[in-house]
Amino acid sequence: MAEKLLGSAIRRREDPALITGRAKYTDDLKLPNMAYVAILRSPYAHARITRLDTSKAKALDGVVAVFTAEDVAQSGIPGQVPVGWLLPDMKIPTRPLLAQDRVRYVGEAVAVVVAEDRYTAHDALELIEVEYEPLSAVANPAKAVEEGAPLVHDDAPNNIAFDWEIGDKEATDQAFANAAHTVSLNLVNNRLIPNAVEPRAALADYDPVSGRLTLWMTTQNPHIHRLLMSLASLGLPEHKIRVIAPEVGGGFGSKIHHYPDEAIVSWCAMQLGRPVKWQATRAETYLTDAHGRDHVTTAEMAVDENGKITGLRVHTYANMGAYYSTFAPAVPTYLYGTLLSGEYEIPNIYCRVVGVFTHTTPVDAYRGAGRPEATFVVERLVDLMARKLGMDPAEFRRKNFIPPDKFPYQTPVALQYDSGDYEKPLNKALELVGYEQLRREQEEARKEGRYIGIGLSTYIEACGLAPSSVVGSLGAQAGQWESAIVRVHPTGKVTVYSGSSGHGQGHKTTFAQIVADILGVPYDDIEIIQGDTDEVQYGWGTYGSRSAAVGGSAIAVSAQKVVEKGRKIAAHLLEAAEDDVAFEAGKYYVKGAPDKAVTIQDVALQAYLAHNLPPGIEPALEAAAFYDPSNFTFPFGTHVAVVEVNPESGEVNLLRYVAVDDCGHVINPLIVEGQVHGGIAQGVGQALYEHAVYDEEGNLITGTLMDYAVPKARFLPSFELDRTVTPCPHNPLGVKGIGEAGTIAASAAVVNAVVDALAPFGVEHIDMPVTPEKVWRAIQGAGN
Amino acid sequence: MYPPKFDYYRATSVDEALSLLQQHGDNAKLLAGGHSLIPLMKTRLAQPAVLIDIGRIDALKGIQVDGDTLRIGPLTTHADIAASEDVQGRAAALADAAGVVGDVQVRNRGTIGGNLAHADPASDLPAAVLALGGEIEVRGPNGSRTVAADDFFQGLFTTALGGDEIITAIRIPAGGGKRVSAYVKFPHPASGYAVVGVAAVLELDGQTITSARVAANGAFECAKRLTGAEQALAGATASDEAIAAAAQRAAEGFNADDFMSDIFASSEYRAHLLGVYTRRALQKALERA
Ligand SMILES: Cc1cc2nc3c(=O)[nH]c(=O)nc-3n(C[C@H](O)[C@H](O)[C@H](O)COP(=O)(O)OP(=O)(O)OC[C@H]3O[C@@H](n4cnc5c(N)ncnc54)[C@H](O)[C@@H]3O)c2cc1C
Repeated sequence: MAEKLLGSAIRRREDPALITGRAKYTDDLKLPNMAYVAILRSPYAHARITRLDTSKAKALDGVVAVFTAEDVAQSGIPGQVPVGWLLPDMKIPTRPLLAQDRVRYVGEAVAVVVAEDRYTAHDALELIEVEYEPLSAVANPAKAVEEGAPLVHDDAPNNIAFDWEIGDKEATDQAFANAAHTVSLNLVNNRLIPNAVEPRAALADYDPVSGRLTLWMTTQNPHIHRLLMSLASLGLPEHKIRVIAPEVGGGFGSKIHHYPDEAIVSWCAMQLGRPVKWQATRAETYLTDAHGRDHVTTAEMAVDENGKITGLRVHTYANMGAYYSTFAPAVPTYLYGTLLSGEYEIPNIYCRVVGVFTHTTPVDAYRGAGRPEATFVVERLVDLMARKLGMDPAEFRRKNFIPPDKFPYQTPVALQYDSGDYEKPLNKALELVGYEQLRREQEEARKEGRYIGIGLSTYIEACGLAPSSVVGSLGAQAGQWESAIVRVHPTGKVTVYSGSSGHGQGHKTTFAQIVADILGVPYDDIEIIQGDTDEVQYGWGTYGSRSAAVGGSAIAVSAQKVVEKGRKIAAHLLEAAEDDVAFEAGKYYVKGAPDKAVTIQDVALQAYLAHNLPPGIEPALEAAAFYDPSNFTFPFGTHVAVVEVNPESGEVNLLRYVAVDDCGHVINPLIVEGQVHGGIAQGVGQALYEHAVYDEEGNLITGTLMDYAVPKARFLPSFELDRTVTPCPHNPLGVKGIGEAGTIAASAAVVNAVVDALAPFGVEHIDMPVTPEKVWRAIQGAGN
Repeated sequence: MYPPKFDYYRATSVDEALSLLQQHGDNAKLLAGGHSLIPLMKTRLAQPAVLIDIGRIDALKGIQVDGDTLRIGPLTTHADIAASEDVQGRAAALADAAGVVGDVQVRNRGTIGGNLAHADPASDLPAAVLALGGEIEVRGPNGSRTVAADDFFQGLFTTALGGDEIITAIRIPAGGGKRVSAYVKFPHPASGYAVVGVAAVLELDGQTITSARVAANGAFECAKRLTGAEQALAGATASDEAIAAAAQRAAEGFNADDFMSDIFASSEYRAHLLGVYTRRALQKALERA
């Protein structure tokens, strides 16, 4: 083990199974006597159910059962889908498993069919007779708060779910009153649909004798699902539920949340005493997976006569959809308002967020969750202000960056940034893209009627939410630590049980790299277990770019504990004082006498045989860690997008994309770059293509991949990546999250680039997605 | 994603397919590449009780040069059309169009016959076949007839094809003097279908455009000729000015509500794009002169 594994770009051990089709996803699993579930969904955004007759469906050959809300109620289970984040004075409507009397969004579950096969289950859906009395609906959050708008919940007047603020309003108003210049912007942060490659699925098996439920499901956090299933949905004791995440094909947040569907499937298994499986169709995921973003925002920035930012004021209507999804209230508040300082020294910030119920699919965390929205607001305002002041946007940023000597830096919006050096990635990115030269080319091109734009996004992200006490004080009904057990077997092979739950990221590779380096055992001798509540002690799962920083740190801490226990045993075996025993590359040796050594494998065997252990040392060689970080981590960086806009058709061509990110130490560059690539693609997707659109009646009119445009590989240039390394000062690995950075940075960079390209036309803003027609209209409109 | 039950027949000849069609009437649908029909069945928007698979009738496949005519079997895939040197050489607009249909999988399965019969307004092949002055050969219980492409496309998903008829060939005139053609499209970023697609076919005598046929799909409920542009071109000298003049007249004769409109592209924007893409199609065609 001469080579350090940390930092090396080894290939992902996950991939051979994934690319040869051997990986087993939930829908690949089959149990004897298994039946299939299909769920009837409301075609109306808002309606009263006046009649619901399942008799014809029940009579169909091959149908096992048809259930409605009444059946769920009769079974006596709690039957709730709870919210996991509380804000002061928020209205909390109950969310049922199946709609009772009233439906509140298109796609809300109304009834469930269990049948011997999938085709029959879907045939039976068509035989369920439902009469709806359609009611008027509202989909747009800014309209939903207007007087007289149709109410989603009778006890939430004006559809206001919560009214939240952060920062000092008075001081901020004062800053604006004293400002030399101000800019303001009205923007819509477009609603997105997550689009994990694997749609959600669940297979539930209930054993009436033992009272145990086993639930295989598409989850990013099996323990959270077990907890919520137990407490709120099913009422089964927690130890009688086993949740397993088999191979999970992506999530982007959509598989964090606790939905009615998996609970319905579990309940059906409990009712019938036979295994049942549900696999969502793509159209179903479009209607039911929690959507992302959907803000209507007014934002303003103030500067003094020297061009220093003095104030930021933001008002946002955040669409919650018809009910709270699991962590929905946190996303537009603590993951958004707190990020509005960006990379800048802004003495006064005030942000008010009104959470709004609408007759739409619930909205929750989607890759970046609040932080892309915040970055978009800040980075758009920064560009607007630079233009107003006649300054180069890079210069304006530089002037307002928090200088490196001010860390730890306390923002006026709660966060304390632990470290940062923002000019470094900015300089590197500008150099990579050839900024000066590009600006000259832009000038030249304009003379020929060609419109090139350069867009910057100098972003900050806060991830690895922590510590638990702080998160709890903000309203989380969850902890945000992570667990790990590192178990060295008698033969020196290692199994690691991690509370993180990977679903495409490559945890099994990076985690094994961490353990290999700390224990000095071969990488191939390490197995990583995750995603099973019976195997893994506890875990909060994978989201919010927390797996390396929190989950990886937990592993590092427990591996180090193993080393320390091993040292005691080794000292005993070497007949040396513990302090005199060094550990390096898997060998314990007496300091100064490296040939007097025992390997960690030798120590492991002795630890299990326990024939000759030092006094007070328990047998076996393993250690657990429940690691609660002392702070968030704060990755940062600079992204630069270069576009060319066709002024005639409005088509936008993304020519280049440069990203310089700082995620601290890098465990595996290949995986980090993969995350950055995917993240940028999603950010570009939001900027140029993706938009979940509802009509006035609350119908999702981008209900399929034929209408909802995800970015295709051919839409994207080859990304140019680099990085700087500012280690996280407070975790053992010095790592920060990188799962969301690309998404957080990219949409602002791309829109800034388009607006920059159109500067000669006087265009100041275009809402995302920046489609060709919007560009064309902006050019037409700006002329007047 | 789960169609209701249906019966499946595999026809081995056109005659057999015709008699199956006769037998099952309106309940039956022909199945070629399945790339339009099966998605509709999976979403239960189409629920045929009987599928008659014609996909393995070899007589309906392939491309032949028949004197002055290019004869294309309806089961010829988009990929085969795009790759055919005969099509590239004699009817470049059709090769262009077939080459930009969907993605590789779609081009390997989808067929020209299915594409024309389905008559999706946003399909790529109709404009090319129309601009090239193609003819659709169909066979029904009463024998064969030939329908000019000009008469074939009648509206949204509507053609001159009878429910009991099968397309047996697509014929493209490919003789005469010097002819250049091209097809360009603005693909929808989600579906890949044409938001606007324009095919242009020019007959040239030296630098003079003796006649022009220009057609568009995506813009309207079905593929349509752009007669304003055609008139502007006829007799003109091939030049940027002539192209610009034709592009300017692309939307001539159409009303605002003739244009399709959706959340991605309004009718006004489509009308604008029609001019832009007419110009691009003409430029591309003339580059081939
Ligand atoms: C993801 C995707 C993307 C696509 N993108 C595009 C695109 O960009 N541009 C585009 O033009 N198309 C696109 N298509 C459609 C594709 O071109 C289809 O293949 C084509 O429209 C239909 O051909 P088919 O052979 O698959 O027909 P089928 O689906 O088998 O049949 C379609 C219809 O035609 C009828 N039919 C088929 N053959 C005959 C015949 N010989 N005589 C009479 N009736 C017949 C059938 O009964 C049916 O009603 C796309 C399809 C998919 C799935």
